Amino acid sequence: MSDTVAVVLLLAITAYAVFGGADFGAGFWDLVAGGPAKGERPRALIERSIGPVWEANHVWLIFIFVVSWTAFSEAYASVMLTLFVPLTLAALGVVMRGASFAFRKTVVSLRYRRAFGAGFATASLIVPYCMGAVAGGIASGRVPAGGRAGDPVDSWINPTSVVAGLLALAMVAYLASVYLVWEARGAGEADLVDYFRRRSVVSAVVVGVVLVVGGFVVRDDAPYLYDGLTSQALPVVIGTVLCGIGALVLLLRGAGRGARLLAALAVAALVVSWGVAQWPYLLPESLTVSQAAAPSGTLVALVVVVVLAAILVIPGFVLLYVLEQRQLLPEEGVAEETGPAHPIAGGPAPR
Amino acid sequence: MTFGVEALATVAAVDPVPWARAQMAFTLAVHIILVPLGVSWSFMTLVANYRGIKHGDKDALLLAQRWSKYMAVTFAVGAVTGTVLSFEFGLLWPKFMAQWGEVFGVPFGFEGIFFFTEAIFISIYIFGWRRLKPWAHFWTGMPIWIAGIFGSISVVAANAWMNTPSGFTLDSNGNVVDVDPVSVIFNDSMPLQAAHMVVAAYLVGGFMVASVYATAMLRGRQDHYHRTGFVIAFTVAAVATPIQMGVGDALARWVYEEQPVKFAAIELVPKTDSHVPETLLGKLNSDGEVEGGIPIPGLASWLSDPSTGTSTVIKGLDSVPADQRPTNRQVNTVHLAWDVMVGIGTLLFLLSVWYATSWVFRRRMPTSRWFLRAAAVAGVASVICMEAGWIVSEVGRQPWIVYNRMKVEDAATGNSGVWMTFIAVVVLYLALAVTTVLVLRGMSRRFRSQRAFVEHESPYGPSAPAVPTKDELPR
Repeated sequence: MSDTVAVVLLLAITAYAVFGGADFGAGFWDLVAGGPAKGERPRALIERSIGPVWEANHVWLIFIFVVSWTAFSEAYASVMLTLFVPLTLAALGVVMRGASFAFRKTVVSLRYRRAFGAGFATASLIVPYCMGAVAGGIASGRVPAGGRAGDPVDSWINPTSVVAGLLALAMVAYLASVYLVWEARGAGEADLVDYFRRRSVVSAVVVGVVLVVGGFVVRDDAPYLYDGLTSQALPVVIGTVLCGIGALVLLLRGAGRGARLLAALAVAALVVSWGVAQWPYLLPESLTVSQAAAPSGTLVALVVVVVLAAILVIPGFVLLYVLEQRQLLPEEGVAEETGPAHPIAGGPAPR
Repeated sequence: MTFGVEALATVAAVDPVPWARAQMAFTLAVHIILVPLGVSWSFMTLVANYRGIKHGDKDALLLAQRWSKYMAVTFAVGAVTGTVLSFEFGLLWPKFMAQWGEVFGVPFGFEGIFFFTEAIFISIYIFGWRRLKPWAHFWTGMPIWIAGIFGSISVVAANAWMNTPSGFTLDSNGNVVDVDPVSVIFNDSMPLQAAHMVVAAYLVGGFMVASVYATAMLRGRQDHYHRTGFVIAFTVAAVATPIQMGVGDALARWVYEEQPVKFAAIELVPKTDSHVPETLLGKLNSDGEVEGGIPIPGLASWLSDPSTGTSTVIKGLDSVPADQRPTNRQVNTVHLAWDVMVGIGTLLFLLSVWYATSWVFRRRMPTSRWFLRAAAVAGVASVICMEAGWIVSEVGRQPWIVYNRMKVEDAATGNSGVWMTFIAVVVLYLALAVTTVLVLRGMSRRFRSQRAFVEHESPYGPSAPAVPTKDELPR
C-alpha cells in the first residue's frame, strides 16, 4: 500500500513537472522575449496559451503537498524543517507569479503590464530553481529522518542541488518552448512556430549539457543516487536519453507530430528516473518509503482519493486541454471594445 | 536604531512561536476574505447567466460575463494565497504535521479533488464565453459551484478536527498507529462548523458584491443593469443571513456542550456558575475578574439551555488549569470578537428583513438612500463579521492546536528565522491586497467607459466581435 502511494506521489510530481513546469518555462521565454515591441507577439502567445490552464496545472503542487504530509508526515516535516529557505522562496515566488500573471491580463497600460510581466517572469525562474534545489537536497541524502532539521544551508546550496535547480530551469524552458511551437501553429503564426522551434532546439542542447555535467557532479556528491541511476534506474535513464534525442531530431527537422510527445516523455522519464534511483528510500539512506508511511487507514483514504480523482478530475483535464487546443477558450469574457490597443487582442482563427 | 533592530532580532530569534502564530493568522485572515468570493460568486454568476439565456436579459448576461472576469482575478489570488497556507503547514508547524499529518491530512486529500475540479472548470467557464454554445457554457459553470461548496467543507473538516480530534489510535509512545478516515472527516464539530462556513461564504460574498452595486446606485447609476447586479447578490445574502443565525446558534450551543473552556471565553465566565449574565463588551482584568461592559442578568445561562432557564450552569475558565485555557488577553480577544460577530450579524439580519419586507409589501427592492447606504457598508461589515467569527473559533481553542492533545507551542518550528519570513509575507500580501483592489477597480472603470460607447456586447455567437486577424487560417 505504501508503495502504491509512493508511486502516486512520484506520478504527481511528474505531472507537475510536465504540465506545471511548462507554465513556468513560458515565464522564462516571456522574460527573454525582448523589448515591448519585439516581444509583443511571443508574449501574447504565451499569455493566451497558459491563461486557461495554469491554475489547473498548479493544483498538482497542492496535491503533492497533501499526499506528502498525509502519507509521509514525518519525512514531510523533516523536508520542511531542513529546506525552509528554498521552500519559503518558492512559496513567495508562487504568489508573485500567479498574482502578477492574473493582474497583467487585466491592465492595459504598458507601464503596469511591464511591471507585472517582470514579476511574473522573475518568479517563474525562482520557483523551478528552488524546487529543483529541494529535490537535489532530498536526493543527495541531506534531509535527515525523524522530523529533524538538517543543515539549513548545505541542504540546498550544494553541488547536487545547484545542478538540479539549473536542470529544472532548463527543463521547464525546454518543455515550454516545445509546447509553444504547437500553440503558435494552432494560432497560425508561422514565424512564431519557427521562433519557438529554434529556442526549443537550443534549450534541448542546454538540458543535455546540464545532464552530462550533472552526471559527473552526482557521481561525486551523491554516490547513492548515482548508483541507482546507473543500475536500477538505468532503463528509465536510457528512455530519457532516447526520447530526448528523438525529440531533438524531430525539432531540427521542422517539429513533426511526435516531437511534443517525445519531449514530454523525456522530461517525465527524467523525473521518474530520480524516483526509481533512490528507491526504496524516501529520504535516501535514512528513511525508506515503507518506514515512513502512515497507518493503512490513511493510505486507503488516499488511494480512494486517487481513484475518485481519476474518475472526476482526469476527464475534466482532458476536456480543458481539448477545448484549449481547439482554440475554444480564446480569452476571458468577450472581446474588449475600447481602451488602448490590447497587446493580447490578436484573435484566434474561427473554425 | 540599528541596536534596536538587532535587539529585536535577538529577542525574536529566541522564540519563533509568536512569529509563526502571527504569520499563520495573518495569511489565513487574508485568504479567508477570498473564500466567499470563490464559493458564492460562481453561484451568483450562474444565476445571472441563467437569467441572461433563459429570459434574454442582456444586462444579466453582461453581469455574468463581467463577474466571471473579476472572478478570474480573485480566484487566482485565492489559489496562490491558499498555496502559501499549504507551504506554511510544514514550514511553520512541522511538529504538528509530523505527529498529526497522517490524520489531519485526510480531509485535504479530498479537498484536492474539489480544487482540481474548480480550477479546471473555472478556466473553461471564464475562457469559454465566446466560443462555446450558451447552455453548454452554462453547464461548465456548475462544477465550479459544487466543487466550491465541497472544497470548503473539506477544509473546514480539517479545522473542525483540530477542535474535536477523532478517528485515530495512539500507541504508548503517543504515535498514531491506526487511522479511521471516515471518523476523521466526520468528526463531531464538522457538520455545524462546515455549515457555518459555507453559509458564511454566501452571506459575505452576497453582501460584498451587493455593496459594489449599492455604491453605484448611490452615485446615480440606478439602471436595470446595476439593479440586477444588486438584487441577485443581495438576495443571496438576505437568504443566507437568517439561516446563518440558526446555524450559529446551534454551533454556540454545541460549543457550550463540547468545548466549555472556549464557551467560557466567549461568554466571559471566569468561574463556574449559574445565573451567568450576558456581558456586552467588558473584559477580564489582570486578576481574572470581569470588568466593565453591560451585564444582562442571567441571559448567558438562559441562552445556553433555555429548558433550565437562568439556573443553567456554565463552566468557567477555572474549570481547567491555567496552562490549559486561553490567557486573559486571549479571552478578551475572543469575547470582543464574539460581540462584534453577533452585533454585526444582527444588524445584517435587520437589513435583510428590511429588504424582504419591501419585496413582500411593495414587490420591489427598497430604494431609500438610507437602505443603499447601509447596503454599501454591509460588504465590509460582513467581512469583519466573518473575521471575528474565525477569531472566536481559533483563539478560543488556545493554547491547543489539537484540542486537549497538542499545544501550539509544541507544534511550531524551531527555525529562528520565522520573524523574517513574517515580515516578507506581510509586505508581499499588503502589496497583493492593494494591487488586487486597484486592478478590480481599474477593470470596473474600463467596463464602464466601454459601456458608454458600446450598446451591448454579445457573448455566444458568431456576431461576437471576434477580431479577425491575419492569422485567420483554416485548421
